[in-house]
Amino acid sequence: MATRKMKFSIGIHFFANPARFLRFARGIYPWVAAIAVTCIFAGLVLGLAVVPADYRQGDAYRIIFIHVPSSWMALMVYVIIAVASAAGFIWRHPLADLIAKSSAPIGACFTFLSLVTGSLWGAPMWGTWWVWDARVTSMLVLFFLYLGYIALNSAYDDPTKGARASAILALVGIVNIPIVKFSVDWWNTLHQPATLSKFDRPSMDSSMIAPLLLMVAGFIAFYLVVLIIRLRSEIAARRIRNLRIAQVGN
Amino acid sequence: MEMSFFEMGGYAAYVWPAFGVGALVMIGLLVLSIRRLRLREAALKRLEAVGGGRRGHSGAVDEQKQEEVAP
Repeated sequence: MATRKMKFSIGIHFFANPARFLRFARGIYPWVAAIAVTCIFAGLVLGLAVVPADYRQGDAYRIIFIHVPSSWMALMVYVIIAVASAAGFIWRHPLADLIAKSSAPIGACFTFLSLVTGSLWGAPMWGTWWVWDARVTSMLVLFFLYLGYIALNSAYDDPTKGARASAILALVGIVNIPIVKFSVDWWNTLHQPATLSKFDRPSMDSSMIAPLLLMVAGFIAFYLVVLIIRLRSEIAARRIRNLRIAQVGN
Repeated sequence: MEMSFFEMGGYAAYVWPAFGVGALVMIGLLVLSIRRLRLREAALKRLEAVGGGRRGHSGAVDEQKQEEVAP
């Protein structure tokens, strides 16, 4: 009984007074916004205009500078959601649930971008708009996992129930992440193997790595910007809900 | 093979839509998220004003009462 009251009061206290978190979010917001804008701008300028064309793919390879960062973000955000879901189960802190809920649409967008930009890259290079290869298919599965997560989360009147249900989906779906990652090693696939790997020298010219890393940094910062906005939005929504319940009760 | 920047070596039909959909989706996500935040913060302000007026209490006491009542 004592623990139940404790968990209950963390939730109540957090939503009644998320001031500490909001102060922190407000503090870092301008910085991450500035980082997002500068890194993405610099990455685009370098990637589109400065670095030379590829020997075999010509200028079409430049899609890499949006395709790879989107794909990495799609995976990264899913891992964040899975970790936040686990933390929500273990510690029941509402912020964990909120981070997971707020991140899902962002991850879904990045997954969508990965699929679309990959398709636009594949059309001239592979001669096809779509292929059921291991990596492409598992990224499509990831997209459906995101959609399922978002749907489950909103399916219940009680936001905590929604958080728990979607958390289970997120944790079950985590197996897809290593599948995406290693699919190009495990199966004979059309999709090329990893460009940047911890264990090998990069398979791309060093001048091309800078815009790639800049875009990744910019996308991470962009994720944080949108996350903060959506977290504030979710906190407001919970307070609205609590106020409405309180006012009906009186 | 000198082509303009916009022609992207003949691959313009693939490169520009790729970056275009990227900008669309990311800016769209940002804009929609900000809009939703503004709507909710406005609704919250209205609710807090109504709640405070009805009971005639200061904000601090209100918060406490709502803590007891809210599930």
